[in-house]
Formats: sequence, C-alpha cells, structure tokens
Amino acid sequence: MSEQLTKDNEFLLPASNTFVYSTMLAALMLNWLPWEGFWLALRPDFAALVLLYWCTYKPYRIGIGIAWVVGILADVADSSVFGQHALAYSILAFGGIMLHRRIQMFEPLEQPMQVFPLFLLSYGAFALVHWLMRGVFSWEFFLGCLSSALLWLPMSMLLQSMRRVRRNPNELS
Amino acid sequence: MDQTQSFRFFNRGPSPVARLVFFVLLSLFLLFVDARYRSLEVVRGVLAIPVQAMQRLATSIYTQPGIWWGDLSNYIDSQGRLASENQQLHMQAAENAVRLQQLEVLQMENAQLRKYFDISQHADYPVQMAEIFSVNSDIFKRKVFIDKGTQKNVAAGQVVIDENGVVGQITRVYPWLSEVTLITDKDHAVPVQILRTGLRAVVFGSGNISNLSLRYMPISSDIQVGDELVTSGIDGTYPAGIPVAKINKIERDPAYPFAIINCTPLAGVDRHRQLMIISGLNKAPEIPANDGKQVESKGKKAKKAKQP
Repeated sequence: MSEQLTKDNEFLLPASNTFVYSTMLAALMLNWLPWEGFWLALRPDFAALVLLYWCTYKPYRIGIGIAWVVGILADVADSSVFGQHALAYSILAFGGIMLHRRIQMFEPLEQPMQVFPLFLLSYGAFALVHWLMRGVFSWEFFLGCLSSALLWLPMSMLLQSMRRVRRNPNELS
Repeated sequence: MDQTQSFRFFNRGPSPVARLVFFVLLSLFLLFVDARYRSLEVVRGVLAIPVQAMQRLATSIYTQPGIWWGDLSNYIDSQGRLASENQQLHMQAAENAVRLQQLEVLQMENAQLRKYFDISQHADYPVQMAEIFSVNSDIFKRKVFIDKGTQKNVAAGQVVIDENGVVGQITRVYPWLSEVTLITDKDHAVPVQILRTGLRAVVFGSGNISNLSLRYMPISSDIQVGDELVTSGIDGTYPAGIPVAKINKIERDPAYPFAIINCTPLAGVDRHRQLMIISGLNKAPEIPANDGKQVESKGKKAKKAKQP
C-alpha cells in the first residue's frame, strides 16, 4: 500500500524553475558537443528528451512555448533555417502534453515504446522541412530517434531521482 | 457570477491544440521568411552571441582534457623532441631561404613582365589566419565555423584556403565567428580550369567529404585521370589559380551525353584546424548595361548554384 502511495506521488515531486531550465541548458550543451559522422547520426537528441520529460511530468508548467524557444536556440546553433527545430520541438511538446497521463500509466520498462512514436513524429517534421528546403531526405537521423527512445528510461529515472527530496539521515521518522 | 469565478480557478489559458497551431504557424512563417528573404540575419546574429558562447564552452569541456593531456606529455618529453625539431626547422628554414630568394627574383621578374603587359597584380592577396571553432552538426551540410568574424573584417563571399588548396567560402558572418561552406557541400559549385589543357569547367560538391564531381563535360573532352583542377577566377568569388582538386576517376559511357568524373579535393577539407581567409579581392568590372536583363538572370542562376 505504501509503495502504491509513493508511486502515485511521483508526479507530485517538486521541480523549481531553476532546476527545469538548468536541465534544459545541460541538454542543449550535450547536443552541442562536437559530435561527428556516425556518432552524430546515432546521437540521441538530449534537448528533445528533456523537453518531453518535462512535458509529461509537468504538463501545465512546461509547454509548447518553451519548446519553441528551445527550438529557436537549436536553430541558431545548427545554423539551420529558422523554425525547423522549433517546429519539431513544438510538435513533440504537444504530443507529450496530450499523452502525459498515458505515458505515466505505463511501467518504466514499457515507456520507451510509448515515447518512440513521438520522437519519430517530431523528427519526421524536421526531416520534411529539410527535404522541402534541400531536396534530400536524411534517413540516417531516424537512428537518433531510436537512441533517444532508448535513453528515455535512464534519463527520466535520473531526472526523477534528482527531483526527489533527500531525507536527512539523522532525522527521526 | 460565482460559478464563473470558480470556473476561472481551473482556467489554464488556451488549449494545447490552440497553442500548437499558433506555434506551428509561427514556425512556418519564420521558415518562409528565413528561406525566402534572409531578413532574419540580424536576429540570428544577436541570438548567436550567447548560443555560440555556450557552444564554445561545450566544445572546450570536450577538448580540454585532451589539451591538458597533450600539455602534460609535452612537458614530459619536450626536451629531446624540441631539440630535434629545432634542428629540423633550422634545416627547413635554410631550404626555405633559398627558395624565398628564388621567389623574390621571380616576383621581380613577374612584376616587370606584368608592367609590360599592363595587367593588374592578381596573385597577391591579404591573408588572415583563422582556426576552426566547431563543425556543423548536420552530416548533410558541409559547414564549419571559424573563429574570425566581422570584428576582424571578415565578410561573406571571402574565400577560405589551406596550404594545399581551396577549402570553401564564407557564407555567413557573426561578430566573432563566421560560417564556411566547404567545397564538398552538396551542390556547391566552384568554377575551375584544368591545369594541363586550360579547359574550363565547374566542379560541384557531392555532400561526401572526399568527393567532388565535374559535371556537364562531354564524353569527348580531353580530361585524364590525375589532371589537376585550379580555380579559373571567372565567377569573381574565387581568385584564379588556386588548386582545387585532382581527378581520380572518369567513366565514359556512350549512353549518356556527359562523362561521369570524380575528383578528390586537394585541400584537407576535413583535416586541418588552421585555415586562411583571403580578403580584399579586386572587384570585377561592372557588366555593361545594354544586355543587362539576360546577364542578370544568368547571374542569378549562378548565384543560386553557388550558395546552396
């Protein structure tokens, strides 16, 4: 019973604004490491992961607007056309907000299968813009969606554990 | 009245669908404006300052341990290596001095000959060193960022070379950085001449780092494997006579009107860290106005091809 209670309370864990934005910044920094060649294709999109995490766990705080801003920053960094990442991340955030109850309902091991279509959809929008602008469809990057989905579990567990309040070991219970 | 008040308690602004539609439309608008008019460069420049600072930080976090390790191992085995390197450099310097003398003589001679022919000097450009700062994180774009921007008078359209040949051209400038489109970027065109025969051609990037293709050459054209391509200087962007590529494969299939020709770039397009920016090119004389319309449309096409 008590286990059930703690599980239900998981989504009530506190998250300060500073924490939310610093995780997003850290994710962007991870994206901006000098990845090259094959590793670049295999790179999970850390910013998308963190955005999706916050959209599923704090859907009323972190929304499409913030996803859009993060997308614009990613556009500047990648020197892609303005709005390309922004579009993809807005769609991802929308998916996360609409499905947040559904994703949380599943066991941790089943969640990656639930978020994979969202990454696929958002990357699909990205690749579509790429195709319209440059006439090439970059299939390789779909690998990145797969690795993002695989990283979902460790990433969400890490963020979840960072949000948990540490109990003072000397405190009497 | 009370009911609406309590209802307001749950009001969370526009619904997610409305927000999605708003932001998707905003993104599409930006996409359109940015792709069509390129009028958002100022916004991009302003946003680029903090973003690029963060990128620099990320890159340095990644590379710093390696640099420290290099420093440490340098410190440990520097003495002997430095001595041998010093000796080697001395020898090289002596050799270079001899060559330099020859070069000076040749330059004098060249200047004199040019005076006879009244041709403006065109092989002497101000050169600026720059270092690669980061590589574009999209494997389908061949772009790098270098650490000189408008602060150092770098401008879009200037040419970037290394000691072996052309690397690319500057396509976007930020205050402290600039973006170089490599010659191997897909559909990036460089007008060239074959050194052996003087035949003019255009070499296109293939999107692959070690490959360029020479398109629209008739099957019967006089090209051999191993021919060297140098810039022809006809477009006014690339100065004449800089090595670009070497031909490594020719397929002449009579079924097609053009031969399929592959070349490898001579410059270490994907290797070096230090690059040189050539600045202050001579402006080309203006095109006469009488047949301006035709020329303009042609020029536009060429421009489009050059800046993908």
